[in-house]
Amino acid sequence: MKLLILLVIVVGVIALAQLAKIYQLSARLRGHREEEISEADTRMNGALWIVFMIVFYATTIWQFVRYGDYLPPAASAHGESVDTLMNFNLAIIIFVFFVVNTLLFIFPYKYRYNKNRKALFLLHDSKLELIWTVVPSIVLAVIIIFGLKTWTEMTGPASDDAIRIEIYSKQFDWTARYSGDDGQFGATDFNLITPSNPLGIITEEGVMLANVKLTEKIDNLQAILDIEKVHLLTEKAEIEATLHGGDAHGHDGADSHEPSPDHTAHLESRLHDIETVLSSGEALVMTEAAYEAKEDKIYRLERHLQRILELQPYKFSDGLGSWEVGKDDRIVKGEFHLPIGREIEFIFRSRDVIHSAFMPHFRAQMNTVPGLPTRFKLTPTITTDSMRTILDNPDFNYILLCNKICGSAHFNMAMDIVVESQEKYDAWLAEQKVYTAEQN
Amino acid sequence: MGNTNHKESFVSKFVFTQDHKMISKQFLITAIFMGIAGVMMSVFFRLQLGWPGESFAILETFMGKWAPNGVLDRNAYLALTTIHGTIMVFFVLTAGLSGTFSNLLIPLQIGARDMASGFLNMLSYWFFAVSSVMMLFSLLVEGGAASAGWTIYPPLSVLPQAIPGSGMGMTLWLLSMTLFVVSSLLGSLNYIVTIINLRTKGMSMTRLPLTIWAFFITAILGVLSFPVLVSAIVLLMMDRMMGTAFYLSDIFIGGEALDATGGSPILFQHLFWFLGHPEVYIVLLPALGISSEVIATNSRKPIFGYKAMVGSLMAIGFLSFIVWAHHMFITGMNPFLGSVFVFTTLLIAIPSAVKAFNYITTLWKGNLRFTPAMLFSIGLVSTFVTGGLTGIILADSALDVTLHDTYFVVGHFHIVMGLSAIFGMFAGVYHWFSKMFGTMMNTKLGFAHFWLTITCGYGVFFPMHFVGLAGAPRRYYNSSSFDFLSETADLQPIISVFAIIGSLSQLIFLFNFFYSIFRGQKAVQNPWKSNTLEWTTPVEHIHGNWPGALPEVHRWAYDYSNPAHEEDFVLQSTPLKDGEIGH
Repeated sequence: MKLLILLVIVVGVIALAQLAKIYQLSARLRGHREEEISEADTRMNGALWIVFMIVFYATTIWQFVRYGDYLPPAASAHGESVDTLMNFNLAIIIFVFFVVNTLLFIFPYKYRYNKNRKALFLLHDSKLELIWTVVPSIVLAVIIIFGLKTWTEMTGPASDDAIRIEIYSKQFDWTARYSGDDGQFGATDFNLITPSNPLGIITEEGVMLANVKLTEKIDNLQAILDIEKVHLLTEKAEIEATLHGGDAHGHDGADSHEPSPDHTAHLESRLHDIETVLSSGEALVMTEAAYEAKEDKIYRLERHLQRILELQPYKFSDGLGSWEVGKDDRIVKGEFHLPIGREIEFIFRSRDVIHSAFMPHFRAQMNTVPGLPTRFKLTPTITTDSMRTILDNPDFNYILLCNKICGSAHFNMAMDIVVESQEKYDAWLAEQKVYTAEQN
Repeated sequence: MGNTNHKESFVSKFVFTQDHKMISKQFLITAIFMGIAGVMMSVFFRLQLGWPGESFAILETFMGKWAPNGVLDRNAYLALTTIHGTIMVFFVLTAGLSGTFSNLLIPLQIGARDMASGFLNMLSYWFFAVSSVMMLFSLLVEGGAASAGWTIYPPLSVLPQAIPGSGMGMTLWLLSMTLFVVSSLLGSLNYIVTIINLRTKGMSMTRLPLTIWAFFITAILGVLSFPVLVSAIVLLMMDRMMGTAFYLSDIFIGGEALDATGGSPILFQHLFWFLGHPEVYIVLLPALGISSEVIATNSRKPIFGYKAMVGSLMAIGFLSFIVWAHHMFITGMNPFLGSVFVFTTLLIAIPSAVKAFNYITTLWKGNLRFTPAMLFSIGLVSTFVTGGLTGIILADSALDVTLHDTYFVVGHFHIVMGLSAIFGMFAGVYHWFSKMFGTMMNTKLGFAHFWLTITCGYGVFFPMHFVGLAGAPRRYYNSSSFDFLSETADLQPIISVFAIIGSLSQLIFLFNFFYSIFRGQKAVQNPWKSNTLEWTTPVEHIHGNWPGALPEVHRWAYDYSNPAHEEDFVLQSTPLKDGEIGH
């Protein structure tokens, strides 16, 4: 098959080369030069500009008709003004698009080459140039003012009674966190992340648990390293040398003195331990690289443990302790709910790489950046049920997508959003898992 | 130096040459091969995007274990898009465009024997060649090539745990780009020095052809912005290899909490886009310069508003340095800072509009010769306008929130920067081919190439705006699982079909190019009846460009159809007639 394809390509190239040769020979016979564009070619290319224009415009208009209502109506308060702004800008650029391209495609047709005509010797025209500097400036000023007005409104601070929801991203899923009855999010720290504490919420118990788990991990690794055969044999040889053959090496000065009786006893007991391990058959053989990797891992875990030990609780302004308020936080996966008509302030955090929380139906998007919490506020205006009616699609769901390349399953990182009445929302929230409950 | 046509060995003539004309050919041919690689990659991932999950034998043939059973692997998809972007932006449209035409035209159009430093010029090419090989080689290493997008945002690009491509592949990417920047700096410095110092007698700055003005400003942008990319790369390498934390903070990955604290991933984006945005104009301005020259010559008409054209080049160059954060409206940056960048970004539309209108007025009442170069130049103005207009929408931060990283962006920048720049490059090749190789390219094949390319170009990138408006994120391996995107899903295979036809039509160009080098019609000295100095050199290349004395310049480059003269062109070296007012 590959051979066949190759053969076809080779034959094709040869055929083309022969065709070109024939063309060239005939051109030479006619005395044709490549730089001289024949009248027929001039007519053809001139006409093609017009054909191209018509086809291009027809398909453009068809696309606007077919795909023009690109997204369902905005489902958020600021989204409506974003859509108005979008339509305003689109109207301007579509107008300019058609005007400029039309001139650009008609002029080549109209002023195509004619050897009996001489082009107009026109150097510049200050008045004309002034017009097409000033007019775009005014139009752009309007676009800027209109745009920045919308931008300032949507990025202003959230009101005090806004519902705060934390959206947490990691490769490759989303988690939402709602505060408990105290209205505060518990403090978090990435060092405390465990499978049962995916957001790293800090609580007294969590710190203790992480402490225990890390110590256990370190001990387990150390236990493996303790029975590594090659290192044990090396250590054994060193101890034996110190105990028996200290002067065999001909050391002089401070190094060659006899070990103290205490030290000797210690060395002998260590020697005994080593021999026990070696004779028990439990000793492991490891490559040097594997040994070093484990050592390195222990070192990293020790530093991790150190960072946890350095965590200190603090008090919020209302007197609540930062390690206390997290206990009633609600952790939500799969889909999260929003009440209609209430302002929501999202706080975005990320665990590993940059993701982007994209909610196209709410005209909302914000990157989630490790180490840098970001915010976005919006007020949902259409419930999921109403939107299903509007779109006549009973399966419709609002969606939160990842829109910043984040790894191999980037295209699969989504979470559904449900917008509903305040009562339904309250009932739903009450059913959600509380963080401390999850620990058991 | 003078006319020293001494005997040269193969190596000093074709390999380690210091002659600017040969170096320009080296740049062009290397860039063409990089372009073939880049375009093939795009066809491969367009197959996956057009028909997700379908099996294509060709994928398995070329990609091997990266496309098991003919279906592209998801990591391979990300690697392909990343390397496609890198190759097209840097290797084809920066080195290929600037490297080829700055080298060829600067000495020839300003009347110089060669570049200020032939040796640096040679180094510039060889750094580029090594970096090209390294970039292609990175596709073969374990874990695959860099896959974090061509913008390589950390932490994804720092952590091999996050994506396999951030292992050896990313290391090679970073090294290759560092060499590339060295190449670009050596070239740019040389261009600037040559233009300032080596202009022939009478060639004042205001008589320079617009090509030279464009190359000059491009080189200044390169010198000021590329070093910032190296800084960003060095910090990134240190984060990867030495345990620093410039870009990392509070990261838990692979079941482990990393040590890094206090860094900011956003810092990288500021550094990257401080290069990245001027880079857009480093790609675009040479294309605009080429089209100015080609349009004036083939309209047989002076370029309209020469001073405004130069002024708008300068304005675009300056503004391009103060707009970078418009790529970062939704990174959590202070919204007020965002407002400032909305303002500066939209300002760029003014000089761009001036340029577009001046092109159109140059066409008005001209006498238009449809050479392939002219067709591509008119096409360039169209794509520059169409793509520029959608930029107005993206510059508006409130709208960027919804459109950021969607197909709308992909459509926008491929039209305004991809198509425009590649059209400029094609125009340059068709126009100056005879200056490079002494032969002519076939015109009829040129027509076919142009009409297929512009049709497929718009066919690929125009529908992407609608896909993006419907909310489809870019860099998705497969978006068919999202119900809300089904409305525009039928556009994806259409886009892919255009991409395949468009890529295949480039074979016409390749054939025409390589065939004409060896078998093309022998060129005459000034085939296009052009005014600029390069057409006063002999068809056969000689060292030092002109036999005998350097030409003297008496007028500007755009005396086409000057009523004071019988012919419709007047060489720059023609002295003024009695009573004629010169420019």
